[in-house]
Amino acid sequence: MTPTIVLPVIIGGLYAAGVYLLLDRSLTRVLLGFLLLGNATNVLLLSSGGPAGLPPIIGIAEPEDMSDPLPQALILTAIVITFGIAAFVLALIYRSWRLVRQEVVGVDEEDRRVAAREGMDADELDPDDLAPEDRPAAHADSLHGGGLENDFAAEAALARRYAGIASDDVDLPPTQRRTR
Amino acid sequence: MISVLTPLPVLLPLLGAACALLVGRHPRVQRTLSILVLSAVLTVSVALLLLADHSGAEAVSLGGWPVPLGIVLVVDRLSALMLVVAATVGLGVLVFAVGQGSADGDEETPLSIFHPTFLVLMAGVANAFLAGDLFNLYVGFEILLTASYVLLTLGGSAPRIRAGITYVVVSLLSSLIFLAAIALVYAATGTVNMAQLADRLADLPDGTQLLLQSMLLIAFSIKAAIFPLSAWLPDSYPTAPAPVTAVFAGLLTKVGVYSIIRTQTLLFPGGALDGVLMWAALATMVIGILGAVAQTDLRRILSFTLVSHIGYMVFGIALATTAGLAGAIFYVVHHIAIQTTLFLVAGLVERQGGSTAVDRLGGLAKASPLLAVLFFVPAMNLAGIPPFSGFIGKLGLLEAGVADGGWLPLTLVAGGAVTSLLTLVAVSRVWSRAFWRPPAQSPVADSSRAAAADAGPELTPEPIGAVASGNGHADGDGAEVPDGGALPTRATAAGGVATRAAARRAAWARHTAVATATLPAEDGLGEGRRPGRPLRPLPRVMVSTTAVMVALTVALTGVAGWLYGVADRAAADLVDRRPYVESVFPGGEVP
Repeated sequence: MTPTIVLPVIIGGLYAAGVYLLLDRSLTRVLLGFLLLGNATNVLLLSSGGPAGLPPIIGIAEPEDMSDPLPQALILTAIVITFGIAAFVLALIYRSWRLVRQEVVGVDEEDRRVAAREGMDADELDPDDLAPEDRPAAHADSLHGGGLENDFAAEAALARRYAGIASDDVDLPPTQRRTR
Repeated sequence: MISVLTPLPVLLPLLGAACALLVGRHPRVQRTLSILVLSAVLTVSVALLLLADHSGAEAVSLGGWPVPLGIVLVVDRLSALMLVVAATVGLGVLVFAVGQGSADGDEETPLSIFHPTFLVLMAGVANAFLAGDLFNLYVGFEILLTASYVLLTLGGSAPRIRAGITYVVVSLLSSLIFLAAIALVYAATGTVNMAQLADRLADLPDGTQLLLQSMLLIAFSIKAAIFPLSAWLPDSYPTAPAPVTAVFAGLLTKVGVYSIIRTQTLLFPGGALDGVLMWAALATMVIGILGAVAQTDLRRILSFTLVSHIGYMVFGIALATTAGLAGAIFYVVHHIAIQTTLFLVAGLVERQGGSTAVDRLGGLAKASPLLAVLFFVPAMNLAGIPPFSGFIGKLGLLEAGVADGGWLPLTLVAGGAVTSLLTLVAVSRVWSRAFWRPPAQSPVADSSRAAAADAGPELTPEPIGAVASGNGHADGDGAEVPDGGALPTRATAAGGVATRAAARRAAWARHTAVATATLPAEDGLGEGRRPGRPLRPLPRVMVSTTAVMVALTVALTGVAGWLYGVADRAAADLVDRRPYVESVFPGGEVP
């Protein structure tokens, strides 16, 4: 019996196209890639049953001449699973589009934040390493003397440097609670 | 007896899920039903473990089909032990979720969906543990994964959808690799029954065996989050609701580990890829824990320790000795319990402190001493401090590694010790920051009214253009921000310099607190606390469930002798392989 070349070529082509699409950032393409990969795997399962034969079960063929029915049963199960999950992914894509108006694979912001962190957390910052005007407040072990004088110096420096620009953190809005 | 009980851990949750869907409008009935179902599963699992430990492995052929044709469920010591642990943590997490649901009023986790999905998840996990053929294992995986997709994206908020998409795509890829591997296995051997495969795979050429083994291992390694294939886990787990993350962290990766154990012992006992697995275990342990040390969010830290400690189990599997496998099995049991418990505690921490970002937390030990104890005990257990089961598991694995004596196992022993120490560093940083240091400014205090109070009454109002921009996004309630209609006029500076300086200092303190806050609250990317939801005392059900789970992890030490005995016997069965094969084909005649 001569082996068929058609199925391996189809499988290879589907896998190649599926992987290519899966690597895209657009979710719709990812879904299409997943569908192609799923079909490729199903065809692979089909070809794992050996050469094609006569239909089983209905009783028109001797067992030796039948196709292997097991891979076909497996493929049916796999198709159902793929179908259900594809529907779920479509719903995810739609939801993502509704929420953030984009359907690409998102960036993990926390990852970016941790990667961009300069070795220290906010509570490890030494105020002495900051410029005087950036120091939040005087503290007991400050190298720069600390206390009110230091604050006044910082105030004066700020006032000199940003003369004419409204300060953004001091003159706070009016405090009345709006009546409703 | 076993033949009656075996299908129940799969059947009961599935039927329960159907009933739970039907009674979705009656939350109270639904909760009772789910808890009853999982309690029944737990009882059945314990009975199965006792029976299997007493009389050895047994197989059940469903539907009365003769063995290689029908679906076979196999209970041996390993699968029964995994069932018991899975049912225990499943029940604990379910009760915790019920407590959270009744406390939150369903605002974040729509429970009518949560309960059926959770039961389906448990059915999938049980099916994967019991499966006697590769395709049934695949179906078990798909059941639990599909349920997990729904649970992970519960509520459909933007961060969950983002995390869910990564998770779904990666899981789909691993499923496809698994399915392709099944196709190739069937093409090579003509069967998917694992007992039959154990007989037939050995006759294949070496290259074919290696291909099949590596494909199966890659598929399972993605699910178990072993190092080069682990990057998806810390991205996707932390955004889910606390009970969901807890059950995922405990169970899903361990199903992958269980499958790797089966692959390495039953299907491919030759040990062709043990060296590769050793390196993967080392990389998983060290790189995972370095990630944990770098993180500042409690849930992400726990996710990274989860990845890291998978390496211990892979180490035990790669040793391929009875001692190594016994250590791995014990460690799986320990790790399921401990990781679930820690994620539950993280849920409580989030409730108490309003965040899981360690930078923003503080003073929790003073605010809630009970919570501090609940965190401290499992954290020390995870790090492997002596009286706890983490120490026993690690000790068993390290001893097995030393007994092996090769240079690679010894390197892994050293790596394991370093990982244990770094785990201690990671959790003690959480402890000293979130629990031990004085309380950080609570996010609730950060409203424009409080800022205005800081500025002092003498301060004259400024026009809206000078309003601090940094305060708006973290406001407790946005209603206090003045609108354009109430624009005050700029007046002359009346306050003295000293008053202004004091006001400026206070404003600066608040400004830095807001600016260094790690969680963007409103932009939909971070996990900011919901505005308008005040911090409430911890709900009693959640605390007591977590306390019971903590007590269970401590009790693992008490039953460690018996448990290690079961693990030992299970490992001996695995190395022997005959008990499994003979349970499926009585008499050992493999067709």
